[in-house]
Amino acid sequence: MAAVVDIDALSAQLGVNWSEVNLDSIQLPPGNNFGIESDDEAVYHDDQSEFDTGFGNIIVVDHLPVVPKEKFEKLEGVLKKIYNQLGVIKENGLWMPVDPDTKMTLGYCFIEFNTPQEAQNAKEKSHGYKLDKTHIFAVNMFDDFDRLMNVREEWEPPQARPYVPGENLQKWLTDEKARDQLVIRSGPDTEVYWNDARQKKPEPVHKRPYWTESYVQWSPLGTYLVTLHKQGAAVWGGADTFTRLMRYQHSMVKLVDFSPGERYLVTYHSQEPSNPRDASKVEIKVFDVRTGRMMRDFKGSADEFSIGGPGGVAGASWPVFRWAGGKDDKYFAKLSKNTISVYETETFSLIDKKSMKVDNVVDICWSPTDSILSLFVPEQGGGNQPAKVALVQIPSKVELRQKNLFSVSDCKMYWQSSGEYLAVKVDRYTKTKKSTYSGFELFRIKERDIPIEVLELDNKNDKIIAFAWEPKGHRFAVIHGDQPRPDVSFYSMKTAQNTGRVSKLATLKAKQANALFWSPTGKYIILAGLKGFNGQLEFFNVDELETMATAEHFMATDIEWDPTGRYVATAVTSVHEMENGFTIWSFNGNLVYRILKDHFFQLAWRPRPPSFLTAEKEEEIAKNLKKYSKKYEAEDQDVSLLLSEQDREKRRALKEEWEKWVMQWKSLHEEEKLERQDLRDGEVSDVEEDEYEAKEVEFEDLIDVTEEIVQESM
Amino acid sequence: MTPILMKGHERPLTFLRYNRDGDLLFSCAKDHTPTLWLAHNGERLGTYRGHNGAVSCCDVSRDSSRLITGSADQTAKLWDVKSGKQLFTFNFGSSARSVDFSVGDHLAVITTDHFMGVSSAIHVKRIAEDPQDQVGDSVLVLQSPDGKKKINRAVWGPLNQTIVSGGEDTVIRIWDTETGKLLKQSDVEVGHKEAITSLCKAADDSHFLTGSHDKTAKLWDMRSLTLIKSYTTVVPVNAVAMSPLLNHVVLGGGQDASAVTTTDHRAGKFEAKFYDTILEEEIGGVKGHFGPINALAFNPDGKSFSSGGEDGYVRLHHFDSNYFNIKI
Repeated sequence: MAAVVDIDALSAQLGVNWSEVNLDSIQLPPGNNFGIESDDEAVYHDDQSEFDTGFGNIIVVDHLPVVPKEKFEKLEGVLKKIYNQLGVIKENGLWMPVDPDTKMTLGYCFIEFNTPQEAQNAKEKSHGYKLDKTHIFAVNMFDDFDRLMNVREEWEPPQARPYVPGENLQKWLTDEKARDQLVIRSGPDTEVYWNDARQKKPEPVHKRPYWTESYVQWSPLGTYLVTLHKQGAAVWGGADTFTRLMRYQHSMVKLVDFSPGERYLVTYHSQEPSNPRDASKVEIKVFDVRTGRMMRDFKGSADEFSIGGPGGVAGASWPVFRWAGGKDDKYFAKLSKNTISVYETETFSLIDKKSMKVDNVVDICWSPTDSILSLFVPEQGGGNQPAKVALVQIPSKVELRQKNLFSVSDCKMYWQSSGEYLAVKVDRYTKTKKSTYSGFELFRIKERDIPIEVLELDNKNDKIIAFAWEPKGHRFAVIHGDQPRPDVSFYSMKTAQNTGRVSKLATLKAKQANALFWSPTGKYIILAGLKGFNGQLEFFNVDELETMATAEHFMATDIEWDPTGRYVATAVTSVHEMENGFTIWSFNGNLVYRILKDHFFQLAWRPRPPSFLTAEKEEEIAKNLKKYSKKYEAEDQDVSLLLSEQDREKRRALKEEWEKWVMQWKSLHEEEKLERQDLRDGEVSDVEEDEYEAKEVEFEDLIDVTEEIVQESM
Repeated sequence: MTPILMKGHERPLTFLRYNRDGDLLFSCAKDHTPTLWLAHNGERLGTYRGHNGAVSCCDVSRDSSRLITGSADQTAKLWDVKSGKQLFTFNFGSSARSVDFSVGDHLAVITTDHFMGVSSAIHVKRIAEDPQDQVGDSVLVLQSPDGKKKINRAVWGPLNQTIVSGGEDTVIRIWDTETGKLLKQSDVEVGHKEAITSLCKAADDSHFLTGSHDKTAKLWDMRSLTLIKSYTTVVPVNAVAMSPLLNHVVLGGGQDASAVTTTDHRAGKFEAKFYDTILEEEIGGVKGHFGPINALAFNPDGKSFSSGGEDGYVRLHHFDSNYFNIKI
């Protein structure tokens, strides 16, 4: 209020009438911002200029008939009729220039639409339109003229830009304390922290409000953090702080996905159709992460990108493009109706220039390490043609193995992380076809001829709630049975006598769990009861088959292991109103620390690239762990000593400060004694009495304490 | 520590108050009858009948002879503690929200809500020695700058020279009782971010504690209004109390009463949370209520405390001996 009054007073003084001032009409001299920094430093200048011309919604239609004045209106009418079908023409948006001398039209016209999308659409649809034999429309965007006119006649070799040494993008891996990073989003802020378990708190690395407009994502090896904006996506990274490394223009980008070797970034945008009967439009771009160059873009209606499965999936399922395993980022595949399109990244075109025709295929899945694609085709013809699961080698497109399955209702494929095994969960109809039961088909990829083994649960009718492979291991865990107390079973692909047979290790009865989270190093698993189970956590050691700890993170919605398997984060995100925040646990279920944040949206550990140590070396370290861990234990102790020292110091300071206040209050109270007595009509003031009381209490208390201790010690 | 459950109210509790000797406990609730209990065993001694609306606050004189209550029936009433008789009724144009006797019990400060164009205000009344001489006139009326916000609590400062008030506008104000001038107000930076729900002062009037919906409680110097400590919890704070014996503060609260029925009982956090006054660290909690805690009070001897909840119960806790030996 006060500020407004001041402005009014000042303007009255100066004789300015605010109602007559149009702020937009004030033109500042170009290049002078009067010291006022623009807020949108991050605005993409190059894209901005594109929109700024404001001619994006104008098209130029050429090769029109040249008509005299009399026929002008007729031609105009014809054009309006054609183009009104393709979009909404702005009022007075059609302008056909006329030769001032001859009064004849010049054979072209300009049409302005309401939106650039409509203009684009009209251009695409009407280019080449045959009005009659001699008049075939040539339609161009108005903006293109400008752009194309400015192309130089002579080709100039692009200037080689001087080499600027880049930052060490993997510096975070060289952290002396070998800590891991995590990113969280809460409220408007996105923050990156070190998980400093020794200090029992996160150490801030970088914080930025409004860093992203939807979500953030780490690249698979942890090098980049990608943020999403209206104009496109951007990746951040660097040695010390997060600097912007590259931007990828894709307006209104909704989803992003990295290739596993983080060489390519796929961005996705879909637009709701103006006509609800049409499918929504999808645009997907593939960028080279480092150069920022767009390698290929795919446009089309959502139908082409969704799976034509029996469910009739609406919209595209993300990720549309599945990347083949391994770090070479060589192939990516797209599933659409009756076809699988496999592209290779050298030329960004289809392998053998054609897609694979597989009738009714509904699901595909890459091996995480090899270029092997597994695919599932459901039953057809009312059971006449069996369902099948097949493994296909890429790029040869040779079918390595196939299995026909009968009376199948659904299939789910789970690859083990090192590509050794593939588990296919098969839901089959019972004889009556009224209900289903589940079993597993287990493929051993690395063995000769890829043997398949069938596994059924002890109780065939158990519903399977969750399934998870041990990362890099040979075991898997299954939650099966009925809610609310299902069983959890562990199986191994190896048996002591026979390495080629699957065997059950143990079944834990009646667990409050509905999700499985293996440690990335295997061996440990968290049986979690999320959502309906209010965040029950059981930390389980599968080697020893024993529970290490049980805990609860009330209402927990998300669980994520750090990439080293040392710590695990549980979080309550803003799907709940209360207790938003996250908790860090050690791998064996000790609570390390807890952070509360209102409006908590996301938590993600920064992934690490795979270790360079050979398997033998790792084994050797595991064997001599004592030797290696000594150094770290000593460090741990130093830190904890330091911490307790700091803590003592802090407490002492706080106590001292408090004592000062108490002293001050006491003396003031004493000073005011007489006045208070006055106020109480001369009643002997409470001070002595109070003090007496306080002393009495303290006295009594002290005796209690000392006596007990003396007795105990004797 | 087994609490004594006192079920005497039919509606949510609003306020609890011990007398100076610590043998009597007065409770106010949204039902219309303030109730008197024996503080050591929870026996109900009697009720004060006469109000026609929710009773939001009460105070008892130093000699435990007079009780003053403020109610939503737009009155504040003076009672004879022993007989339960009404001695006098102060009429206002709106609900009386908080009441407090001054040092010497010759004055009382009463806050009233805004209602039908009447803005919220702080009234100072003279309390006569003999109820026959009692008059209803205000000695002083203070208007809060934002009359559309409730003043949830106003208490006397040291030597009755000041009045400290806090309410929905999140600002703590210190007023001069002589001139009626605003002397100080809390800094926006360090102050509460949401409505102040409760205010509790130390026995020697040197400092006071405020609780707020912003999930914090703050300890202030009563003379200079400097922020000394801040205690952060996970739920809105409805009630605060300070131990007269140990360096402990207690915060009570819980999620909004309207959301209770839709969530798990553990989500509510209807705990009385104990904090170390100096270190600002949580020591422990006392569970039990199945609704938010609306009122907290420490016995002046510091050996027991009681809490009143939205659930209509008063829970009286006598500390176990190990409470007095807590080390953190």
